[in-house]
Amino acid sequence: MTTTSSQPAIELAPQLPYSALRQLLSEITGDSKHLPSATSTLDVLWVLYDRVLRIDPQHADDPDRDRFLLSKGHGPASYYAVLAAKGFVPRAWLRAMGTFDSPLGYHPDRVLIHGVEISSGSLGHGLPIGAGTAVGLRAQGSPARVIVLVGDAELDEGSNHEAIAYAARAGLENLTVVVIDNTSSTHGWPGGIARRFDVEGWAATDVDGRDHEQIAAAFSTRHDGRPLAVVAHVEPKGSM
Amino acid sequence: MTPLELRNHASSIRRTSTTGPARSHAVATMREQFVETATDLVESDPRVAVVLADISSASFGPVMRRHPDRVLNVGIREQLMVSAAGGLALAGMRPIVHSYASFAVSRAYEQLKLDLTYQDVGAVVVSIGASYDDTGSGTTHFAPEDVALFDTLPGWHVHVPAHLDEVDPLLRGAVVGGGRHYIRLTDYVVPRLRIVPTTRPRAVVVAVGPTVANVIEATHGLDVAVLPITTVRPFPLQALRRAVFELTGEADVILVEPYLAGTSAHEVATALVDVRHRLLALGVGRRDLRRYGTAAEHDAAHGIDVVGLRRSIKNFVDAGYKMPDGE
Repeated sequence: MTTTSSQPAIELAPQLPYSALRQLLSEITGDSKHLPSATSTLDVLWVLYDRVLRIDPQHADDPDRDRFLLSKGHGPASYYAVLAAKGFVPRAWLRAMGTFDSPLGYHPDRVLIHGVEISSGSLGHGLPIGAGTAVGLRAQGSPARVIVLVGDAELDEGSNHEAIAYAARAGLENLTVVVIDNTSSTHGWPGGIARRFDVEGWAATDVDGRDHEQIAAAFSTRHDGRPLAVVAHVEPKGSM
Repeated sequence: MTPLELRNHASSIRRTSTTGPARSHAVATMREQFVETATDLVESDPRVAVVLADISSASFGPVMRRHPDRVLNVGIREQLMVSAAGGLALAGMRPIVHSYASFAVSRAYEQLKLDLTYQDVGAVVVSIGASYDDTGSGTTHFAPEDVALFDTLPGWHVHVPAHLDEVDPLLRGAVVGGGRHYIRLTDYVVPRLRIVPTTRPRAVVVAVGPTVANVIEATHGLDVAVLPITTVRPFPLQALRRAVFELTGEADVILVEPYLAGTSAHEVATALVDVRHRLLALGVGRRDLRRYGTAAEHDAAHGIDVVGLRRSIKNFVDAGYKMPDGE
């Protein structure tokens, strides 16, 4: 049973540029001075939807679409802003986020939002789900890739490490994880996060999480027969 | 599986194959029937996938070699087993997951809740071990709480077969039919006894799954009607109402469940919401016995062996039911 979104067809909105995100974020948060740099995930999300993922609102149910799984469902304002800029959700929804009748919660729900692949919020679920989806797509011969976004503190959850070990041994080349590293993990990752993926058999690369060229290039890193980990470093949490 | 689990598993197979009814073909346990049917489903339907966490992986070896992309063993990682099933379902596959009930249900409860139920996708969870099949393994391998846990989640069908020949059609129906299903297997194959109808029953005994054998024996000669049920969620509310009103005219119900006592008490209350009724809910007690021994000894300790059931049912029907000490 794969229930698709019950949301009615919506009129397609025009696509908006990166420069519009600041305004969209303000509409969500009600804070007119909102800086894009205050959201750790914004640039990675933008590059994914603008340059990496083969997905658009007209093909949100295509079996061969790329899958983006926002595992770190906390602070989804930047996700919603990018989805609105790319025409997945109506801009009019943004101002009502979190209200009783709004499809947009403080954690996204795949059943309520067309184009959202998983319902998240509790940490440590996206990567194990993504590993299963990657297996399922590979079994069906689909060219689609699965990209999961996690946070460095989210990696505290042990469930991630079950998936990290398995995905490498299963050779899930169609699975990519992007770790937004804002140094917020309570006990940290001595030696770096990329090394942990590397030792398990992933291809792993570090990038500046604000540099769009570096981010885009990282997602095309060659990783024959192996899953790919992109560790995107941004300003430490609370430093802005 | 630890060496101890392997040994217990081997002894449990011997136990059922020597004491169970003689069969013409090789399948002697519910677990073996599960492997045979699931293998056939993988072979015949390219959407079907099996996700294992080491338990029973050797039995799936042949089909795993033929379909390595759809028969997965993730190792001793039950959280991942259930999450991956959710991911497979999101990719349009029909996943079957399997382990001991204590590992597939209690340990991975959050994954059942969020990665299957909250994602609004389907899967078929098939467990072994039941409440205390592996008595020698102790509490870590007991799962009397499993059905109560599924009871907290929306949209799950729960099946508790009593007999070997129920497993194949239950599994096929669940896999082909879609949705979320839990199939609770047991290593103990109970004899198939005939229910002798009483002319004027004074109560209905709802016997869930394998409890039916003890219930039939225990109620021999008593004025009660036995209603055996296999699928407990959704609960057969109408069947219970019919039994109560057409057979007895008295709203006295005895519920016998092979897992936590009272798990379905609220379902009986719903079925009989409009009539004054009495309910005696029997099953596995909440107290941890900290005992090994045999399953029959555990049945007796929980009062759901033939002797215990007969005593409780007789007391209840005679309206002189006394709460046993310590309850």
